[in-house]
Amino acid sequence: MKLLVAVKRVIDYSVKVRVRADGMGMVTDGVKHSMNPFCEIAVEEAVRMKEKKIASEIVVVTCGPKQCQETLRTALAMGADRGLHVEVSGADYESLGPLQVSKLLSAIVRKEDIKMVLVGKQAIDSDCNQTGQMTAALLDWPQGTFVSEVVQEGERLKVTREVDGGLETVSLKLPAVISSDLRLNEPRYATLPNIMKAKKKRIEVLTAEALGVSVASGLRVLRVQEPPRREAGVRVETPEQLVTKLREIGSI
Amino acid sequence: MAVLRALHRPLLVLSRQPAVSGLRAQAPGPRPHSSSVSVDDTVNGLSEEQRQLREMMYKFCQENLAPKAQDIDRDNIFPELKEFWKKLGDLGAHGITAPVEYGGTGGGYLDHVIIMEEISRASAAIGLSYGAHSNLCINQLVRNGNEEQKKKYLPKLISGEHMGALAMSEPNAGSDVVSMKMKADKQGDHYVLNGSKFWITNGPDADVLIVYAKTDLHAKPAHGITAFIIEKGMPGFSTAQKLDKLGMRGSSTCELIFEDCKVPAKNVLGEINRGVYVLMSGLDLERLVLAAGPLGLMQAVLDNAIPYLHVREAFGQKIGEFQLLQGKMADMFTRLSACRQYVYNVARACDQGHLSSMDCAGVILYSAEAATQVALDGIQCLGGNGYINDYPMGRFLRDAKLYEIGAGTSEVRRLIIGRAFNAIYK
Repeated sequence: MKLLVAVKRVIDYSVKVRVRADGMGMVTDGVKHSMNPFCEIAVEEAVRMKEKKIASEIVVVTCGPKQCQETLRTALAMGADRGLHVEVSGADYESLGPLQVSKLLSAIVRKEDIKMVLVGKQAIDSDCNQTGQMTAALLDWPQGTFVSEVVQEGERLKVTREVDGGLETVSLKLPAVISSDLRLNEPRYATLPNIMKAKKKRIEVLTAEALGVSVASGLRVLRVQEPPRREAGVRVETPEQLVTKLREIGSI
Repeated sequence: MAVLRALHRPLLVLSRQPAVSGLRAQAPGPRPHSSSVSVDDTVNGLSEEQRQLREMMYKFCQENLAPKAQDIDRDNIFPELKEFWKKLGDLGAHGITAPVEYGGTGGGYLDHVIIMEEISRASAAIGLSYGAHSNLCINQLVRNGNEEQKKKYLPKLISGEHMGALAMSEPNAGSDVVSMKMKADKQGDHYVLNGSKFWITNGPDADVLIVYAKTDLHAKPAHGITAFIIEKGMPGFSTAQKLDKLGMRGSSTCELIFEDCKVPAKNVLGEINRGVYVLMSGLDLERLVLAAGPLGLMQAVLDNAIPYLHVREAFGQKIGEFQLLQGKMADMFTRLSACRQYVYNVARACDQGHLSSMDCAGVILYSAEAATQVALDGIQCLGGNGYINDYPMGRFLRDAKLYEIGAGTSEVRRLIIGRAFNAIYK
C-alpha cells in the first residue's frame, strides 16, 4: 500500500511570532521554521506502518516556496521514501489555504495511485483543521480525524478518534484519509546516518498547473492583529476581598 | 495564535522560583523545549544536512538532557548516563568521524563540532564527557588503531554500550606532558604498567582507555612514549575516588592507578616509542572539537539571558531596552559569533585535510576565554538571579572556566602559537 503524507513548513513553535508592520500577516523573514508538529506525527505513523510492512512506499508532499524542501528533507530523514514539492510562491503562497492544498493533494492521489493519505489534524500557524476533511471530501474517501490509534484490519482500518468526552472507534474502508492527533505517537529523531541518506532521496518538483489545479483563493485577509495583552491580575487575601473585587468590576 | 504554540510558550520565572522547575512545568506535548536564541546557520555557511544535524541535536539535547542539567551539576553525577550514552549512539553521534564499516557515521569534523556544541549547550559537563569519548578515545582509535583493534573496540564505543577515555596528564606532568613518569616495561608478550594518571575525564566510567606511558626512559623525554589501550578490569588497573570539581560537575573525573598492570603487546596503539606523534596530532583535533564546548556554553548564556532581559522590568521598562544592557547583548552575541566563525572555518579546513596546529590552538584559546567573559556578562544580566543557583548562570561560568585549563591551558595554547611564529624565523 502506497501512502501519501502531507507536511507543512511553519514558524517553529518555540519562536515568539510577530505581526508584520503592514498588518497583513506574520514576520517570516529570518525566522526559524520547522515541520508542523502534527505533520511530524503523521510522518512517524507512516514510517511505523512501513516498518510493520503495512505500507510499501511513503511519498511525502509539501506545497509552498523553495524553502519547503527543507521540511521534505526532514521527512525523508525520518524514513519517507521520496518527496514531492508543489512549488507555490508569491501571492499564491500567501493565500494558499486548506481548500487549495486539498485540491493539490487529491490531484496527486489520483496521479500516484495512493491508498492512504496521512495529514496532521491542524497546522500551528493557521489552526484551520480542514485539510484532511476537505481532501477526503474531494476524493469521496472515508476519513478518520483526530486519530490516536490506527490498526489495519484487512481492507479496513480500525481508527481510534479523540472526541469530546472520550474516544470513538470507527472502521474505515480503504482507501482513506487519516488526520493525526497529538497522542498518536511520539516522533523519532532522524539519526545522522539517515540525514545523510536523505540527501540521496529524490524530490520531484511539480507545479499546480501541471497538476491541473487552480490555487486561486476566494478568501481575502483584511487584517492580522495581536491578541489583546493580558492585564496584570490582583492578589486578594480573603474570600471576602474576592467577592468585593468581583462586585466592583460588576462580575457578580 | 495556535493552541499548541501557546502550550509550548516557556514559563519565564522571574521570582525566586527555580528556573528549571519552570521548564518542567510545561504542558505535555510532542516536543517541549525551552525558549532560545536561534542560531543563524545561513550566516554560518552550513550545508542543508548540517543544519538538519543541528536541528536534530538541538531537539534531542533540549528534551533529553537540558531538563536534567541543573541536577547533574548539583549532584555531580548523571544517574542516567548509560542510557543517555546509548541514545547518543543510536543517533550516530559517538562515531561521527568513524568509518561506516565499524558502525561509524562517516561524517567530518564540522559535523563533530556541531554535535559537541549542541550537547554542551544543554549540559557542558556531559558535552565534555562526549568530547573525551568521541574524539579523544574513538577518533584516536580510528586514526591510530590497527584493523584488529578497530574491530574489537570501535563498535561498542560507537553504539554507546562502552564509554571511552584518554589519559595523558599525571600529578606532576600537566602542561609539560612529555615529562610523564608512568612507565611500561616489556616482559615477554606483555607490558607491565606502573604509575598514575590524574584529572582523567570519564575515568570512573570508562570501559576502554587510551593511556600513554614511557617505554624508553633513556631517550629524550618526547621520544620514549608509547600509547596503550587499557580495558576496565585489567588486573593491576584501578581508579581512585571521583574528584570534586568547581565546574563540569557530572562529567566524572578521577585518578587512574596502575600497579603492575599487565597489558598484552597487541594493545599498543600506534608504534612503540612513537606515542608522542599519536599524542600531538590527536591534540590538535582534540582542541578543535573541544572548542565547540565554549560555543555551546556561550549559546546557553544567550538562550537564558536575552529572553530574561525582555521580561524583567525596572524603572518602568524592560531592562533589555536600557543602553547599558543593549551593549551587553551586543558584546555577548558578537563574541560568540566571532568564535563560531573561527571554529567552523578551522573545522572545514580539517575536513579538507588541512590541519593547522596554530589554528587548532587558536580556536580553543580564543573561545574558552570568550566563554568565561560571556558567562560573567550573563550573570550580570540576571543580577541577583544570576548569582543564585536556582538559575543556571553560575553553572555556565564554572563550566566555562574548565576550557581555559583542560585539554591544555591557555598558556600552552599561546606557547604553541608563539612557537609556530618563532619557527618561521629560525
